[in-house]
Amino acid sequence: MAEYLLLFRGGKGMDRDQSAQEYQEDMQKWVQWMANLSAQGKLGPAQPLKPEGKVVKGTSKLVTDGPFIEGKEMVGGYLVCKADSYDEAVEIAKQCPILESESGIVEVRSIMEMKM
Amino acid sequence: MSEQFNINKLTDHLFRREAGKMSAILIKIFGTENLQLSEDVIQETFINAMRVWSLNGIPDSPSAWLMRAAKNKAIDFIRKNKFSRSIDFSDPERMLLQSEYTLTSTIDKLWNEDEITDDLLRMMFACCHEELSEENQITLMLKILCGFSTAEIAKAFVTSEDTVSKRLYRAKEFFRTKKIKPEFPPASHLKDKTGTVLRTIYLLFNEGYSSTHADKLIRKDLLDQSMYLCNLLCVHSSTQLPETFAAMALMCFHAARINSRIDEHHEIILLQNQDRGKWDRSLIDKGYDYLNKAAFGNEINSYHIEAAIAYEHCISPSFEQTNWKNILRYYDMLAAINPSSIVLLNRLTVIFKVYGAEQTLKEVEQALCNKEWQKNYLYHSLMGDVYACKDFNKAKAFYETAIGMTKSDAEKKLLNKKISQLALKT
Repeated sequence: MAEYLLLFRGGKGMDRDQSAQEYQEDMQKWVQWMANLSAQGKLGPAQPLKPEGKVVKGTSKLVTDGPFIEGKEMVGGYLVCKADSYDEAVEIAKQCPILESESGIVEVRSIMEMKM
Repeated sequence: MSEQFNINKLTDHLFRREAGKMSAILIKIFGTENLQLSEDVIQETFINAMRVWSLNGIPDSPSAWLMRAAKNKAIDFIRKNKFSRSIDFSDPERMLLQSEYTLTSTIDKLWNEDEITDDLLRMMFACCHEELSEENQITLMLKILCGFSTAEIAKAFVTSEDTVSKRLYRAKEFFRTKKIKPEFPPASHLKDKTGTVLRTIYLLFNEGYSSTHADKLIRKDLLDQSMYLCNLLCVHSSTQLPETFAAMALMCFHAARINSRIDEHHEIILLQNQDRGKWDRSLIDKGYDYLNKAAFGNEINSYHIEAAIAYEHCISPSFEQTNWKNILRYYDMLAAINPSSIVLLNRLTVIFKVYGAEQTLKEVEQALCNKEWQKNYLYHSLMGDVYACKDFNKAKAFYETAIGMTKSDAEKKLLNKKISQLALKT
């Protein structure tokens, strides 16, 4: 089984106008999705990220406020999952509640084993 | 000043009851291997409550305040320790505690106060694990479910705090190494396991009922706690067995008489001298209701019979009018299912009441458990009574042996009184 990183962008979480109840309902969907993965032994570390941040760049280590990209495309959280294949990881990603919103994006990346 | 006084008065009882509920939930979250951690969270919650309440006054719903505070502390602790090995996150449900996506929702789900009775019962089954000694079972129940401090447990068992600490340490180690999970036993074991829990609760009750404690408050507390625990079994559908109700009935009948049993000098008042007006009629009625509820199924348990005996005493208007023949019949039934030396000794006491000294001595001659009886001060005390009207010297010797055998001051005083009354007769 290999590990895959799921990066979340956009989605309802970025929407500041969500009511408390909508937020609750949304979170319940995340819980169900992750509990399901956990029960199958496929859940790894997962955390949501705050919208603000800093960017450190290049040899001069220039620090700027960031990320500068538009809010909707900013990474809003990550989850590491275990899957037998890329296809399976993609299937897992398709179940992510973030995709209930048109702006939701899940980027699925395979974690590379570094050969020394 | 008065606010502080109110807080202290309120918190004593409240903290104890809430501590039991908090433990049951916290241990479910942290695992039985982290009993100490759950105790720390509870302790901190209470200290914080005392501080905040003395500044801002008591909140409208103190128990909801406490539960919320403890829940937040649990969340904080998990946040800070999500990479620590102290909590076993490999359990699928606990794994969700590691992610902020799911942490608070998962805690909310685990912290469901509607399921508190389930949690308390699961914890009770864990505390009464068959590999723990009875005294460790009781110690754990008092500590975890009844919110007793080590000092209070020591006082309840007339032992040192050190001894209690050691017992708790051993029990915690057992939980930690065996990773005991608080859960309902499978249906096939439910009856057995409930029986074990009932026995432990009844031992706890007897600790409060027996006369070894001079401290009236502690005694009352033990009775209250054991009845509280038994009541939890009575209200939960899976533990509503005939023996559960029968044990509860028995405890009601005994507890109803507790106030008339010991006088102000900590001396035992014999049944014949008790002021029956002091008996708690409402508790006797409650016991009778439980006894009725216990009457289903086709099995008679020793709790049923013991409750029937206690009830027979409760409804008799005076000692003289006690229906001893009925009581003897119950003892015959009890001896048939549980021929222990104690039961047979109690039966012998009733034979003495019904048929007098000669018949009693005949029974003693034929008895098979003479050896065990010899080791029990109650036997010597009874034989003192049997000989009281026949042979003064023999009676005195029996009483003296009994005095040498009991640790209870109240019993000693009573036996000495009997000796002095012998002297008056001659």
